[in-house]
Amino acid sequence: MEETKAIIINGVKKKYRLGSIGRKTLQRDIQSRWALLRGKEDPNSRIGADSGLYGQTFMALDVIDLEINRGEAVGIIGPNGAGKSTLLKIISQITAPTEGEIDIYGRVTSMLEVGTGFHGEMTGRENVYMNGAILGMTKKEIDERMEEIISFSEIGEFIDTPVKRYSSGMFVKLAFSVAAHLNSEIMIMDEVLAVGDMAFQQKCLDKMREAVEVDGRTILYVSHNMNTIRRLCKRCIVLNQGKIIFDGDVEKAIALYMDRSLGGDGVNIDLTKLNHGWQSKNQKITMEHLKLVDKTSAVYEQKEPLLFDLDVQLKEKLKDVQVRITLRTDTDTGLGTSWSNDIDMSGLEKGTHVIRCKMDLSTVAKGVFYISIGIYQKDEIGREMMLDHVTRAFRIEIPGTLDWETAAQGNIRFPAAEANVVS
Amino acid sequence: MGNTYHKHISAKHKLFDLKLDEVWRYKDLILLFVRRSFAVSYKQTILGPAWLFLNPLLTSVMHMIVFGNIAKLSTDGVPQLLFYLTGTAFWNFFNSSLSGNANTFTSNAGLFGKVYFPRLTVPIANVLTNVIKFAIAMILPVILMVIYCITGSVTPHWWCLLLVPVILLWIGLMAMGCGILVSGLTAKYRDLSVLVSFGMSLWMYGTPVVYPLSQLDNTLLGAFIKYNPVTAPIELFRYAVLGKGTILPESILVSVVFTVLVTFLGIIVFHKVERTFMDTV
Repeated sequence: MEETKAIIINGVKKKYRLGSIGRKTLQRDIQSRWALLRGKEDPNSRIGADSGLYGQTFMALDVIDLEINRGEAVGIIGPNGAGKSTLLKIISQITAPTEGEIDIYGRVTSMLEVGTGFHGEMTGRENVYMNGAILGMTKKEIDERMEEIISFSEIGEFIDTPVKRYSSGMFVKLAFSVAAHLNSEIMIMDEVLAVGDMAFQQKCLDKMREAVEVDGRTILYVSHNMNTIRRLCKRCIVLNQGKIIFDGDVEKAIALYMDRSLGGDGVNIDLTKLNHGWQSKNQKITMEHLKLVDKTSAVYEQKEPLLFDLDVQLKEKLKDVQVRITLRTDTDTGLGTSWSNDIDMSGLEKGTHVIRCKMDLSTVAKGVFYISIGIYQKDEIGREMMLDHVTRAFRIEIPGTLDWETAAQGNIRFPAAEANVVS
Repeated sequence: MGNTYHKHISAKHKLFDLKLDEVWRYKDLILLFVRRSFAVSYKQTILGPAWLFLNPLLTSVMHMIVFGNIAKLSTDGVPQLLFYLTGTAFWNFFNSSLSGNANTFTSNAGLFGKVYFPRLTVPIANVLTNVIKFAIAMILPVILMVIYCITGSVTPHWWCLLLVPVILLWIGLMAMGCGILVSGLTAKYRDLSVLVSFGMSLWMYGTPVVYPLSQLDNTLLGAFIKYNPVTAPIELFRYAVLGKGTILPESILVSVVFTVLVTFLGIIVFHKVERTFMDTV
């Protein structure tokens, strides 16, 4: 059975400690060791024993089970902090798992960054040897591929110039070329295909696809760029908060990832279950729930306004708060943002309040949109401070008219232009 | 392709797996690291590799003035400049091998965090680089020796010269072992690297570098110097090269046992730290 498997991951967990390391760390380390020696309970294992964060832990990966076949290109997507990079780091042996086992059949090349180990003072050619050796090739193997690497990188005569004189484009092209020409069976990549100009990106993607389809290599690819995932991968995994929440068809995975309103019925959205922006930590106000008013499904007629009630938990009195509503397209690019008027919440008691928001959608012609909601406030010197933010909180659909072709005409119908006969 | 490469990653760590076979597979990388450190060190300097001669020469002249002429320490009848040059070259080899390795993790964090290769290649390459630097630093003493041999003021023990590679391996392993042992600690507590440079200068004065072991008396300090693990190799080295040196079997025994222990312990600790140090750096 192992003949067809490239990677088998069994119950992998990764735990990180929070907080910083300082004088107290040593003291605690010694305390813990001493307690263990005497067979007593570790005094620092209790969470909250000290006011500092250190000693508290965070599960970056929470039981990952995964099997990857030979010759498969698997995409890994998920929001920031879902554990994608941690998973790649564990598979490529940069850090060890806290629990669990991994079996890897084949040599692994990890490209978590292009140009690892490149040194500015050395020439392109010297760096190819260096980089190749770091990635596990012998000198003989590099010699055999040198010409191919140079021609793929389009560096030409500059190969014998120190790389500190290279443009950043040349640098990444050369670096990517080395990695692409390794003869390892498994390649692990973190966002590295998005290098160089458009033509070179295309070439990289083709090269990687060829590696999978012709040479039967296995690729694990993490990216936030859904188009590269679509073009390279046949299988896609969605990670969320350290768990695999989907494994299978690429389009379904992307739809699930974009459609972050998991668990809601589409019109009642529990925002506490979604990822909030890191700024939300200050906790002056938290968005908890969102309800589309008078709707049974999130499908909107043209010219119908977007109307929703936002339940917020107010932790302190706030003046001049603003709601921002962002529309993102289904390819995850921002379409536009609407800023609300300032709301005065300084007279309100702490606790739950409902903000009703209304946004005009008459200029939006057609499409599927993901809505991000943010609450902002101006500070004393007039800077805009983000108080809370949820990216892709919910999804709406505007079927629009049949004769509107979004691929050609876009999503927005601008206010009517003026046209008059002048002569 | 077949199943030639199979790797098992586990949360459980095998303490006594030294993983030297893997290091051997990456021997080309070790050589490239060595080449790189030479290629890069002397870029944009005026004198370039000449510093490899000048540095020990300047130190030795300073030692000549301070220890030879002001403090009037004996050199066992060996011409002062030659005595200090060999001592300095030898100590520099030990010192830079150890200090260089003490920061293996912190100074390579960027590289280690992005790609896997056997981490042990870095300290090994560092020691090899210092072997070459040592050889270059020895060119000047060798020229002096030829002159002194002709004039008859120095007679090396010729057959003992065969032992020099063994002595280098011995001191190299000791330096690497100590260095990587410390590197495991500096990965977490960076201020320890400050202690290393202080400790190394203290260690130098506890080693017969600027004075010969024959000056040793029977005080506590004398015993300390006698059982200092660097004492035996440096005296053996002097015995072979300069023909003057005090060889004490008990010092040799202590030093060899220390070297073996510290090498194994160093590698074990190093492998333990390398697994998760990226989480703490």
